[in-house]
Amino acid sequence: MENLSDFFAMGGYGSYIWPAYLLAALILTVLLILSLRDLRRNESTLQTLRAERRGDAIDETDT
Amino acid sequence: MHRFANPNQFLRIANPLLPWISALSVLCMAAGLYLGLFQAPPDYQQGESVRIMYVHVPSAWMALFVYASMAIASATALIWRHPLGFLMAKASAPIGACFTVICLATGSLWGKPMWGTWWEWDARMTSVLILLFLYVGYMALIDAFDDPTRGQRAASILALVGAVNVPIIKFSVDWWNTLHQPASVVKLSGPAIHPSMLWPLLIMAVGFTAFYFALMIVRLRSEIAAAKIRNIRLGQVHS
Repeated sequence: MENLSDFFAMGGYGSYIWPAYLLAALILTVLLILSLRDLRRNESTLQTLRAERRGDAIDETDT
Repeated sequence: MHRFANPNQFLRIANPLLPWISALSVLCMAAGLYLGLFQAPPDYQQGESVRIMYVHVPSAWMALFVYASMAIASATALIWRHPLGFLMAKASAPIGACFTVICLATGSLWGKPMWGTWWEWDARMTSVLILLFLYVGYMALIDAFDDPTRGQRAASILALVGAVNVPIIKFSVDWWNTLHQPASVVKLSGPAIHPSMLWPLLIMAVGFTAFYFALMIVRLRSEIAAAKIRNIRLGQVHS
């Protein structure tokens, strides 16, 4: 455990190094999650619209 | 080249590449973290604090690389009227802005213990802050018009004008007396940094670059879908 606490202390700079790494990880992860959510939403909206349009086209040929 | 400017053609190439680019990104970032945190030696002057470099420097490179890509994509789109260039630039902007924020924040966390200050209005820091404002301005402008093509044109012109800031950032440490240190990796005489520190830095940079391309493809797919949605809805209004 001695070694582990030494590692986290980072020669006294731990309070600067760990926030730097965590912040970078947090920002990149949040951006990734938001981008994937956006993609899923847009692709499902597009699918719904296309299905509706196909439905309309069938209605028109029926009448 | 014009063939690839078609969104569907582009996706046919980009989609199969996406898992590979993502895997490369995860692998390189994991290796970079391991090498940077466990294997690389502490600096003889800066001690362990030098480990902030392995996030700070690659994110600074990405902030510039993404902006340059954005400017090139915008120029191509303006000149050849390829909407894919606009969409690529739009997909890139938030990624570049995030890398710029990471660069500024980690720089601040490194500056405090090394220089005794979180922030200094020196040429390097000020020009990178302007880069962040350019990204934010671009993102605000592209969505500021009801007609997306007008927003795309206006934002692309901003991106091109702002491109003068890229060399200013790169050479700011040579042109002005800055608190920030001059380049030690990208210079004509070769890197002035020991391989044990250079390798984690380069591997991390590859990881960040792959992350950018993977995320850009994801965001671009989303933008292409959004454009198709808009077209369908416009068609419904007019019919």
